[in-house]
Amino acid sequence: MTAGGGWRLGAALLAALLVLAGAALLVGPYALTPGEVAAALLGQGDRQAGIVVRQVRLPRVAAALLLGAALASAGAAYQALFRNPLVSPDILGVSAGAGLGAVLGIFLSLPVLGIQLAAFAGGLGAVALVWVVAAAVQRGDPTLVLVLTGVVVGALAGAATSLVKVLADPYDQLPAITFWLLGSLAAVTPADIAPALPAVVLGLVVLGLLRWRINVLGMGDEEARALGVEAGRLRLWTVVAATLVTASVTAVAGVVGWVGLVIPHVGRMLVGPGFGRLLPVSAAVGAGYLLVVDTLARSIAATEVPLGILTAAIGAPFFIWLLARGRRGWS
Amino acid sequence: MRLAARDLAIGHGGRAIGRGLSLAVGPGEILCLLGPNGCGKTTLFRTLLGLIPALGGTVTLGEAPLARLGRAAVARRIAYVPQAHAPPFPYAAREIVLMGRTARLGPFASPGAADHAAAAAALDRLGIAGLGGQDYTRLSGGQRQLVLIARALAQGAPLLVMDEPTASLDFGNRARVLAEIAALARAGAAEGRGVIFSTHDPEQAFALGAEVLLMQGGAIRARGRPEAALTAARLSEVYGVPITVERTESGRLVCAAPLGLRRGG
Repeated sequence: MTAGGGWRLGAALLAALLVLAGAALLVGPYALTPGEVAAALLGQGDRQAGIVVRQVRLPRVAAALLLGAALASAGAAYQALFRNPLVSPDILGVSAGAGLGAVLGIFLSLPVLGIQLAAFAGGLGAVALVWVVAAAVQRGDPTLVLVLTGVVVGALAGAATSLVKVLADPYDQLPAITFWLLGSLAAVTPADIAPALPAVVLGLVVLGLLRWRINVLGMGDEEARALGVEAGRLRLWTVVAATLVTASVTAVAGVVGWVGLVIPHVGRMLVGPGFGRLLPVSAAVGAGYLLVVDTLARSIAATEVPLGILTAAIGAPFFIWLLARGRRGWS
Repeated sequence: MRLAARDLAIGHGGRAIGRGLSLAVGPGEILCLLGPNGCGKTTLFRTLLGLIPALGGTVTLGEAPLARLGRAAVARRIAYVPQAHAPPFPYAAREIVLMGRTARLGPFASPGAADHAAAAAALDRLGIAGLGGQDYTRLSGGQRQLVLIARALAQGAPLLVMDEPTASLDFGNRARVLAEIAALARAGAAEGRGVIFSTHDPEQAFALGAEVLLMQGGAIRARGRPEAALTAARLSEVYGVPITVERTESGRLVCAAPLGLRRGG
């Protein structure tokens, strides 16, 4: 892709995001015209409309954009790092760990902030455990050992989560646990987004700075080292950044699958595998995609549809279509 | 810049599979590494590149001991051409070549105009400028090998290590790659690179007039000029089959193993 084409695509994606965000602000049970929404955004007009737009819809739209951008970026980073297009951001157990943390928080009747902190800590803790165990194994291909350890720790966290579910109060806690594990932005407030935003931005900046080296690491460990990359250190920084990004949004939204797996494929179709372009494009497409899905989740039925169910229902057929295209290289 | 290994012990995980290995290669020289499968050629290469630690002895790049250099410093001195492979994602061939510039970039930088020019020049020099925009994963094995050589050129290192660069290539591409190896070493004294490559074809050593290192079971069996090192008796012993070395009417040396061999025959 030429530089001019890159700018055009970037401008088109930004414009599409703005249109989608504007449209999402119009959708909801409290009917508002575009004029009323615009007035509410500027702090004018009807007081009731102002509360709906600024306190309810705007935080939710912002959270959806942030969640989608975060999951898609982390997915793109992990697919490059593990040289595997079938990898998603939870490959190293971040979702399973965050799930266990949140479920424990609900079980211990912690306040919302406590549950979010427990989920964040659980996600970071699971990946840290994977890293330490994999480093101690020191046999064979380090990337493969890391993935296999991630599977093991993820399964262990899943078992622990099931144990807590068995012990939880079936009338009060169990529904809350189930709902959290399916993912939702229904209860999101500006106070939830405030701590997640800087963490996500920090992680994305690190991934952006390392964009070229992450490409080179995609050639495999030995080759990357022969090309002058300190592969072990770079892998650590990439995992830390992607985990920070994933754990902070998962703590707010619960477990939302498929986005980080599927969206990077769309990004590669648009701009190819070069990580410097793939990262921002995946973030933009992921943000728009999740905004659309979340708007559907809160508007297609009388009750909220959990996000994780919708992303799976859309992601799975799309992925089968990718498989059926059967193109080597997964572009 | 001279690559020198002295009394090297090589192996994985602390278990030595080769000992007492010494070699040196400098500008304009070609060193041809021969030996049966599993004799330690690839492990030796990985040790020379610092990808695995030496279990004994020393490797020096110019004045500097390899063990004291960071990866970027090593990559500016010695470039590695692996066997042609396919990464999981469809990078353009030009992007693969650009990766050779990594050791010359800052930790957070991407290739700039000078790097793009170096990559284009490397592709041009190998006569494959037309492949630059194509999907690397869809190129033939021979084209990929040439792209990887271009990447090593873009790396700008005075030393090249090539792991069986002609394996899995057809007859024409094999000849092209060999010609490139000869040209790389002999591009004038100032620019001439030092090349170490491994091969399963002893005739390539004769054709290039390269120094020979014949390995067997982790040790060096013979070294020196190919005519002296690669005798029929020695090749037969190392490879375990009767091999003859014959001179054709045009003066070329060729190796042949009789057909209808059976184990121990």
